[in-house]
Amino acid sequence: MSIPGPILPTAGSPLAVQKPHARRRDPSVARWLAARLPLIVSAVVLLFFALAAIAPFLLAPVDPLAINPAQAFSAPGAGHLLGTDESGRDIYSRIIHGARPSLLIGAAATAVGLGLALVLGTIAGFGGRWLDFGVGRVLEVLFALPGLLLALVFIALAGPGVSTTVIAVGLTTAPGYARMIRAQIIALRTSPMVEAATVLGRSRTRILTIHILPNALAPLAVLATLGLGQAILWAASLSFLGLGAPPPAPEWGTMLSSGRTYLSLAWWMTFFPGLAIVLVAAAATVLSRSLKSADGR
Amino acid sequence: MSAPEPVLRVANLNVSFSGTPVVRGVSFTVNPGECLAVVGESGSGKSVTARSLLGLAGPGSLVRAGTLDVAGHDARNLSQRRWRALRGKQVGFILQDALTSLDPLRTVGKEIDDALRVHSKGTGAERAARVIELLHAVGLDDPVRRASQRSGELSGGMRQRALIASAIALNPALIIADEPTTALDATIAASVMNLLGRLRQAGSGMLLISHDLAAVARVADSIAVMQSGHIVEHGPREQVLNDPQHPYTRALLAAVPAGKPRFTRLSPARDAPTPSNSQPGRPAAPNGQPAAVVQPLLSARGLAKTFPLAKTAGFRAVGNVGFDLLPGRTLGVVGESGSGKTTTARMALGLLTPDTGTVKLFGEQWSSIPESARRTRRSSLGAIYQDPLSSFDPRLSAGAMLADALSLGATRNPRAHAAEITDLLQMVGLDVEMAARHPATLSGGQRQRLAIARALAPKPRVLICDEPVSALDVSIQAQVLDLLDELQRRLGLSYLFISHDLSVVRHMSDEVLVMRAGEVVESGATEAVFTNPVHEYTRTLLAAAPVLPPVRRVSLDAMLAGHPEAGKIERQP
Repeated sequence: MSIPGPILPTAGSPLAVQKPHARRRDPSVARWLAARLPLIVSAVVLLFFALAAIAPFLLAPVDPLAINPAQAFSAPGAGHLLGTDESGRDIYSRIIHGARPSLLIGAAATAVGLGLALVLGTIAGFGGRWLDFGVGRVLEVLFALPGLLLALVFIALAGPGVSTTVIAVGLTTAPGYARMIRAQIIALRTSPMVEAATVLGRSRTRILTIHILPNALAPLAVLATLGLGQAILWAASLSFLGLGAPPPAPEWGTMLSSGRTYLSLAWWMTFFPGLAIVLVAAAATVLSRSLKSADGR
Repeated sequence: MSAPEPVLRVANLNVSFSGTPVVRGVSFTVNPGECLAVVGESGSGKSVTARSLLGLAGPGSLVRAGTLDVAGHDARNLSQRRWRALRGKQVGFILQDALTSLDPLRTVGKEIDDALRVHSKGTGAERAARVIELLHAVGLDDPVRRASQRSGELSGGMRQRALIASAIALNPALIIADEPTTALDATIAASVMNLLGRLRQAGSGMLLISHDLAAVARVADSIAVMQSGHIVEHGPREQVLNDPQHPYTRALLAAVPAGKPRFTRLSPARDAPTPSNSQPGRPAAPNGQPAAVVQPLLSARGLAKTFPLAKTAGFRAVGNVGFDLLPGRTLGVVGESGSGKTTTARMALGLLTPDTGTVKLFGEQWSSIPESARRTRRSSLGAIYQDPLSSFDPRLSAGAMLADALSLGATRNPRAHAAEITDLLQMVGLDVEMAARHPATLSGGQRQRLAIARALAPKPRVLICDEPVSALDVSIQAQVLDLLDELQRRLGLSYLFISHDLSVVRHMSDEVLVMRAGEVVESGATEAVFTNPVHEYTRTLLAAAPVLPPVRRVSLDAMLAGHPEAGKIERQP
């Protein structure tokens, strides 16, 4: 049998370099920043609008409701950064002041949607076969109706306004979340982790509150961020249809709606509120994606 | 006869990831018809070594070698294109997990055909014929039908054979197999090993990677033992197995449970004070008779369970299983996958209600009662599983988990039970600092120790161990088995010990049940059953279990003599 002795590299022979996938980490700050640029930009955008929502007068000292007919339809420029609307109100100021109602509607609607979904999803996922069946059919009915139609039906019944918009949007988004929560809970319910807790003598309620719900909620943080952008879009759609905040109020969807009439005359009236909606929705989505990849162990 | 040109020559191979060396100065040679086994535990660099021989070391890797001759080609500085020409054609690669290595959406025949087509061998009809021929060569029954099936329709052993067929499709001069039998049942593993042995005899050079010395002992001509990226011992099989020089090789050999009597340590004693051998908690002597009539802690009579299946009468997982677990004793349950071991365990744990039959705990009804009636008695029955991590709440640190187990779920604050947590961790041989760690950051062996600590927290008298060491390296397995032994003596625990590994069960158990297809085919005192097996299946299991020296070279040759390829073999001197 041939047993190789230790083959030593001859002194002068250069060691070969073989790199199947030459992709080495460049530790420079520029690279680090480039990789995280979308995340940084979206964080900055969200922080900016969050600040606008908390302290609008800091960013826009001009009263968003102050009328100045003489300066109506001013184009974006030195006097009015983003122009003025048909009554001469400053668009920039209105967008900044509109951040609070717009973001609040989005956040509240997401909370309503998730809360409703959590209840339905938990009942379906943990309540046994018949409850699962019942909730499943209810969700299917909700799914069968287009989201906007569902919201419109609700508003038609309850009357327009900010709080109805919140509930309507929450109702629209709830079925999707509920399905995901149910799946999450069913996966956890049959997991070895819950089996181990059963063997340790834990009751069903304990297992649900200690092990299942907290673990099902963690991925929801990602969903909620993603849903925030979605809910803002939904709320803006409803406002655009004239079913959200009433017109003089600086709300992005409402501003879009009133700008629509003058689109050929003053594009900035529609464009900038629309841009604000897109920015927030996109930033929330990017952020949730980064959260998701950070969460994925 | 002149010395044949080696199919693989590696000298001073170094592999590093992001500057961290994982393989250091590894050198070896494989001749045609020779099999070199590289053995070592997880993280020893053995898989990286194998992969860098195929140009597959992975992103971020830096491979440097003095010599790297693969099948007569200098494989240093090969382009991806040249590597692809080499792989498959000159080198066949067999991975551990055949399920993930085969595309679930394509038929087995297509997968094998791929290898032939990429290297443009023959017309479609010729290739189809070759596929059938290959499937036949790897010992699959009905190769024509197998070729049209998808990997999901094949059993684990068949999949591994199909994968081997695709690896040898182009008659590679070198076959590299990375843990080819680790995921397989013992009897299947033995037949796959025999297949690999035949391929080697037919003239292919073979590099076999494994964590288990016993698994490769039958096939390897020479053995290289790897530790932390170095080859610490390298020599002919007989020399390494019979006269190991390096302490690590000796530890690996000692870790193999096969042929070691009950209560012999498999791993070096750890620093923590070990209890004396007086065995206070153990009512009966290890090999003696149980004293008078002892009431069994856990007993089962006539257990049966059938799972409903669409369109059929259902799948009978367990039928008529009964056993008695006596205080301080270990009852082993051995059988291959699908034999009903885990279903039996789940019924014993009260997680599954048997269709017929009863389980009694301390003589009282345990099965077929509501969970709420079981709950108060749950603390006397613990369980550990094959995959401890999945049985942990991913949000909790090790300490929080133990606090939860100690407080009956009332708190997850480790400070509330600091002293008891320290005791538990020390009892299972973990550092006290581990309490702050997250289980996902622990190694496999540490996780299983933590799982044992958690199971012990409610002070149970019976521990049901379902494949507790099956996912561990042999050396880690040895430590966990030793720990279980030690805890049994110290705390007087009773174990229901389930494993597919006959050597492990034999080492651990006082009594044993041999299960097959949901039935107990043989039961009794462990040594009596295994030294004098009555049922044929028990004999099959015994024959398939890997053994260490004395190495029976002759028996392998005798086994191969019956195979058609064996006659053509040109034996190595």
